[in-house]
Amino acid sequence: MTKIQIKDKEISVPGETLAIGMDVLPGRGTYRDGEKIVANRLGLAMVDGRTIKLIQLSGRYAPKTGDTIICKVIDVGFNGWRLETNSAYSAMMSMKDATSQFIQRGANLTQFYDLGDHVVCKIVNVTSQKLIDVTMKGPGLRKLRGGRIIEVDPNKVPRIIGKQGSMVMMIKDATKSNISVGQNGLIWIDAEPKNELLAINTIRKIENESHTAGLTDKIKGYLEKKVQK
Amino acid sequence: MERELRSHIIKLLNADTRLDGRKLTDYRKPIELEYGVTKTAEGSARVKIGETEVMVGVKLTTGEPYPDTPDQGTIIVGAELLPMSNPEFEPGPPGIQAIELARVVDRGIRESKALDFKKLCIKPEEKIWMVIIDICPINDAGNLFDASSLAALAALKDAKYPGFDGEKVDYKKKTDKKLELEKLPIAVTVIKIGDKFIVDPDTEEEEAIDGRLTVSSMEDGSLCALQKGGDTPLTEEEISKMLDIGIEKGKELRKKL
Repeated sequence: MTKIQIKDKEISVPGETLAIGMDVLPGRGTYRDGEKIVANRLGLAMVDGRTIKLIQLSGRYAPKTGDTIICKVIDVGFNGWRLETNSAYSAMMSMKDATSQFIQRGANLTQFYDLGDHVVCKIVNVTSQKLIDVTMKGPGLRKLRGGRIIEVDPNKVPRIIGKQGSMVMMIKDATKSNISVGQNGLIWIDAEPKNELLAINTIRKIENESHTAGLTDKIKGYLEKKVQK
Repeated sequence: MERELRSHIIKLLNADTRLDGRKLTDYRKPIELEYGVTKTAEGSARVKIGETEVMVGVKLTTGEPYPDTPDQGTIIVGAELLPMSNPEFEPGPPGIQAIELARVVDRGIRESKALDFKKLCIKPEEKIWMVIIDICPINDAGNLFDASSLAALAALKDAKYPGFDGEKVDYKKKTDKKLELEKLPIAVTVIKIGDKFIVDPDTEEEEAIDGRLTVSSMEDGSLCALQKGGDTPLTEEEISKMLDIGIEKGKELRKKL
């Protein structure tokens, strides 16, 4: 007999038993201990069909296959680049994943990506040892030129992006800026100087109020008010 | 230094704004000053400029005077850049950065004659008061120079002599006799990035610095110390422009004391 011990969207702490029974499955942020399903982190627990999920409220970014992230080049090797991912592990980008251009034998790899450059890339594989492989091949994956990078809480990134990108689209339209959001919590913004701060302040506002309902309308009002000024 | 960030900072400066939306010669807000933050020091102060936070303690001890100045006391300024305040700082003996910070603060106080060293003399050629000023950055978010020298001055203002019977110092006994401050020198670091001048840089701006000039000035606008840093040279015209900014901003900071 399965017994679910939490209410929907209730705050859970690490070690808290969320459910007892073999009918339910542990989802992200939870694990099974015998019959029990236990919370791994601090977050909002919820029941989704047969799985118990936990939406993390804090913590650093954990790399996951398929994530689009913004990285900084920290090393140029003889067969690829090492990237800083804003997590505990660095990523490796091999030559074949970096560009579709032909790279001559012995070419200087810094002409493609140099130290300190930022790139938007996609994680293709994370091994059990947390070795991360990324690729630059795919829509929207590119080297970032101009603009600036800001750091936000990676757990708030889904709220900043919004449903089907609605939130970030709204900011882009209102501030006439280019924005790329990395799932690792780095955001690239390229805007006119007068609009740049508004875009950043809006993102900070979303970050601070991410737990409230009706955020999209609130942000819409905020942007309209600010743009009119 | 990341080239992209540097060119972005210059682009913003040309539009008369900065990364956090400040004007070029604006300090971060709030600037907070708190006296007497530690019990064990004879005088102490904490200064916050935006997110930068510095604590300074003043200890008074007796010692022998230097042979060339037998009737004068002395000051010793030390700075320790704690690894907790900035991920770039390493534990161990002070590096170039810490030594420069201590020397800039020292020179401001020494050359302005803020303390009358003759009044620190107890008995010529035998005993003097030594004023030890220790600088501890709690959080380095840029502009340690200005924060430290303001905190050092505040700590000196706060300092009171410990009990002294002519032989030994009794630190448990506190007196009401204050360390006399004759002048109030304020240091303002003016930064050159591209061809623009700014004050109070944050961490990102500090990485993009071309040249910097720390200007210590008095109440009447006269100069008492300068320190040049950064890789690029400055022209005469640039220096006089930076001095004007430094003196002007010094007046603003002095009100916080």
